Amino acid sequence: MSNQPSTRKILGPFNRIEGDLEVQVEVEQGTIIKAWVNSPLFRGFEQMLHGKVPQDALVYTPRICGICSVAQSIAAAQALAATQGLTPCSNGSLASNLILATENLADHLSHFYLFFMPDFARDTYKNKPWFNDISTRFKAQTGTAAKQVLPARAAFLHLTGLLAGKWPHSLALQPGGTTRPIQAQEKIQILTTLGVFRTFLQDVVFGGELEQVIALSNEDELQVWAQKHAAADFSKFLMLADDLALGQLGGASDNFMSYGAYQNADNDHLFKAGIWQQQYQALNPDHIKEDITHSWLNAQSEAKHPYQGSTIIDAEQSNGYSWCKAPRLNEQIIEVGAIARQMIDGHPLIRHLVASNNNGGANVRNRVVARLLELALVVPAMEDWARQLKPKEAFCLPSNMPDEGQGAGLVEAARGSLGHWLRVKNGRILNYQIIAPTTWNFSPRDTNDNPGALELALQGTHVGEDENASVIIQHIIRSFDPCMVCTVH
Amino acid sequence: VNSNTSKTFNILWLQSGGCGGCSMSVLNAESPDLYSSLAINNINLLWHPSLSEASSEEFLALIAAIENGDTELDALCLEGSVMQGPNGTGRFHVLGGSGRPMMEVIESLSKKARYTVAIGSCAAFGGITMSGSNPGDACGLQYDGHQAGGLLGEDWLSPGKLPVINIAGCPTHPNWVINTLAQLAMSDLARENLDSLKRPRSYTDHLVHHGCPRNEYYEYKASAVEHSDIGCMMENLGCLGTQARADCNTVLWNGDGSCLRGGYACINCTAPEFEEPGHSFTETPKIAGIPVGLPTDMPKAWFIALASLSKAATPKRLKVNAVSDHVRIAPGSNVIIDADKETEPS
Repeated sequence: MSNQPSTRKILGPFNRIEGDLEVQVEVEQGTIIKAWVNSPLFRGFEQMLHGKVPQDALVYTPRICGICSVAQSIAAAQALAATQGLTPCSNGSLASNLILATENLADHLSHFYLFFMPDFARDTYKNKPWFNDISTRFKAQTGTAAKQVLPARAAFLHLTGLLAGKWPHSLALQPGGTTRPIQAQEKIQILTTLGVFRTFLQDVVFGGELEQVIALSNEDELQVWAQKHAAADFSKFLMLADDLALGQLGGASDNFMSYGAYQNADNDHLFKAGIWQQQYQALNPDHIKEDITHSWLNAQSEAKHPYQGSTIIDAEQSNGYSWCKAPRLNEQIIEVGAIARQMIDGHPLIRHLVASNNNGGANVRNRVVARLLELALVVPAMEDWARQLKPKEAFCLPSNMPDEGQGAGLVEAARGSLGHWLRVKNGRILNYQIIAPTTWNFSPRDTNDNPGALELALQGTHVGEDENASVIIQHIIRSFDPCMVCTVH
Repeated sequence: VNSNTSKTFNILWLQSGGCGGCSMSVLNAESPDLYSSLAINNINLLWHPSLSEASSEEFLALIAAIENGDTELDALCLEGSVMQGPNGTGRFHVLGGSGRPMMEVIESLSKKARYTVAIGSCAAFGGITMSGSNPGDACGLQYDGHQAGGLLGEDWLSPGKLPVINIAGCPTHPNWVINTLAQLAMSDLARENLDSLKRPRSYTDHLVHHGCPRNEYYEYKASAVEHSDIGCMMENLGCLGTQARADCNTVLWNGDGSCLRGGYACINCTAPEFEEPGHSFTETPKIAGIPVGLPTDMPKAWFIALASLSKAATPKRLKVNAVSDHVRIAPGSNVIIDADKETEPS
């Protein structure tokens, strides 16, 4: 080792994520040896909700986040339904899934085109042979991609106008289903909008049929796809991911979790629930605890399950460095998101990429591949759900809140597992605790000093001494598609 | 791009105590898309948190350049409320990488910007972030709920001699934002174009009720009882569309949508303190069976007399359809199409 002392640097604010973020890194010989992730905004939704009429959570919680708004609504609706012992009707489940899938896919699209790819159009990369092509296509605000993507995204979000009134912040998602009954001609409108989006994905994003993308099962087939459909944006990404070795960047614990995505009326999921630690295991949400050792919070001496958790601020807490809590599953650090969902559900391509010796694990490349793969996987499922809608049958069952009870809503937002835990007493909210996807991914250290997933992912990253440094850090940060407004809420 | 001679209008967009949903909503702009709209109206996004390349030091350098006068700023847009807590320190939002409370950055930049614009109800009035006990000690730029003041104070005027322009809404509508910014860019927005809460009258001279497709049910007071019923939602389900100031049902959202078209109540999200209605959002509070919040510009006695009269005259078609989730009696008929399915209401 050299005699050079390590240097500490505070970085931020990071943009092209949702919300504000600060990262502190300790660098030695051009390598990050430690990182501390700070979520710098606190609003206090858990305190706001205390004492409210439980149903009003449907107004407040979507407004935690403008980009995960529907996921928040559905988590709240499911927590309310669980408290009542209510199962939504079939149309209601199908419509909820359609609305959630629209948000999740629009988010995946925004992440790739608006948040993640513009970093490769930076002057940092001007000497790369691919620079002209990539910067023409993906330059922030002026790239040719945005001119296609913004209208395609907005047109796709018409599904929310039809099924949920508007996006973000809808009240259509209720414990018993959805408030917007769909009629026969509107079913056609949904299928037509999906068809237009499918065409956009096939022509612009992938350069081929979604079913062919879904069928990719290993690294070699992925490489063949990239060569055969070189003009597609997916292929452009794969090409530069190879050139920049993004597959060797930003690995974390490779412990994954998914609450199960797109639940139907029979309690099955399109993507199953579970955890992954070298192998698939069943998930027991009772084993989730939140630790506040390094949070600017107080009044909790040990990690607690969210039903028992509290959120009481203490800006002077001496070990604190973030407003974010540190959720752990069986005291383990967990990574959530599309890659976790697809690992747990067992998609062959993702299982193969993560198992690879060279570019394995969850890393910058594989996280982005998993997200794009979900664009291909979910659209055909949405087409199925739309066809199953039965006009003139119920879309929403009446709901009756008991004066006392508790229930959880566990859903998969675009960025991963989102949980709401609700306790009701005397007809009012006694406790409402939320753990968002980025609470897991960007958590601070816990009582055992174990870093969160991003802190771990940054550790060991060679950033060098040049201006490149912050760009590499930014690739890693954005590969998680963080949502900071959800994180602390 | 516009060929007229007006110069580029520089805007800086910041986010603080909010959800980012107004930015997401503005990205829903259509015909044309957001970037085209801005370009056509000579608006240059100096920086936006979700859209710009510049991050970290590059962004902090831009803030410094505006503060020291090197970069001219035409409009400061704030999305999200101002976080004043804890204890007035602003530590609930310290701008990442800067060590500066966002509260201080906003105040400093508002002195430089020709105009300051509140994007959404949080930045305007405090909004959702002020709910409950207001744990973050949040407020709006020039309002604290209904009360004038907020961060900048009641009498504050920007260097361009306008108060904070409140493009309220939760979220705000893309057209409201783009139209207002374009009017500012053309120097075509005067004090008289703002209402008493300094919201652009272009959208607050309307009621959410205007263009509601459930209007016929409203006329006859044929009311929905459960979520997903297609009748009027004012009597039972908390709808404030007849009082709420906005053109939601004529400008429409995400294609053909609006809250009412989505089958749920208007919660009056363009108004201060909409977040604390004093009752559950989706239940209409009543005294002696009569809804408390009636249209504000109509004598109550008249409203009640007209309502009783129209209720007595309600055609069977509307009475039946109002409590169904689809049309069971077609216009011009008295016959229930699927009469075998349910019993008729009396």
